[in-house]
Amino acid sequence: MKNWPLWEVFIRSKNGLEHRHCGSLHASDATMALENARDVYTRRMEGVSIWVVPSAQITASNPEDSAELFEPAKDKAYRHPTFYELPDELKHM
Amino acid sequence: MNNNLVQYIFSIADNSLILGQRLGELCGHGPSLETDIAMTNISLDLFGQVRSYYQYAAKLIGDDATEDTIAFLRKERDYKNVLLVEQPNRDFAYSIGRQFLFDVYHLLLLQELQNSSDATLSAIAKKSIKEVSYHTRFSSDWIRRLGDGTEESHNRIQTALNDLWVFTEELFHQTNAEKAMVSEGIGVDVSQLKEAFYKKVNTILEESTLQTPNIEYFQKGGKQGIHSEHMGYILTELQYMQRTYPNMTW
Repeated sequence: MKNWPLWEVFIRSKNGLEHRHCGSLHASDATMALENARDVYTRRMEGVSIWVVPSAQITASNPEDSAELFEPAKDKAYRHPTFYELPDELKHM
Repeated sequence: MNNNLVQYIFSIADNSLILGQRLGELCGHGPSLETDIAMTNISLDLFGQVRSYYQYAAKLIGDDATEDTIAFLRKERDYKNVLLVEQPNRDFAYSIGRQFLFDVYHLLLLQELQNSSDATLSAIAKKSIKEVSYHTRFSSDWIRRLGDGTEESHNRIQTALNDLWVFTEELFHQTNAEKAMVSEGIGVDVSQLKEAFYKKVNTILEESTLQTPNIEYFQKGGKQGIHSEHMGYILTELQYMQRTYPNMTW
């Protein structure tokens, strides 16, 4: 079991909503990962659908690059579409 | 009170109670976090089913009987579970072997119990069948993984199955209470499930590169209340709180 690879688990809580990352677990293959995810993450009716992805398949950004990747966006408020005049009839924008 | 019906309910529910207690022993001791939670989930499913059966039995018995007095205050001989479910968690292979043999039987039983002329038993069976289908899937998967895994896992699950096999025939042995319930259209004729049970088990063992044990002698007694030495220890732990602090509640 020490050699079991790590899997990332995504749960869809309701039909119509997106799958969201909820945690990770160990399993020897995809079938076992799904069953383990069912047992570990959906015991309290958290979901209606499960995705599992081998953690090794995820390419993540390097935290050391955060400054150059994300900080330049900080002072660019004009990129948010918050300057439009919306008609009153339009709700939930 | 229909005593045969009460005894019949015990013969079904006590299996789930004692197996649930055995699985509960693994809480915090499973081989991995994932299997630990999986086994204790199964335990809780079984306890949920037990409550429905015992609540029904308590109503039939009347007086001061409750689901708790039935679960916690009977004497060893009054428990009618099969010997298979009292067998200990010697290692993960034993726990999985015991679970697999019981699950295959349990699912066949519930499929028939759905057709019981007793509306309550039929309803409990219908509700439990989804849970037990998953239990069967979980334990069958693990039989395949252990059997077709490494040499070590193969040997361990084969040893466990060889040792547990002696308890399989009892599942299909009919007590007098069961016969009476079958004749009233309430109970399931378990002797009719035997062929399907061994067929299903053999298929999965074959897929798992495991040998079907071949033995002449089988052990029985639990359904009559004659248990193995393990049972006393299980009940001591199970009944401790109610015996030490009568009527205590959480």
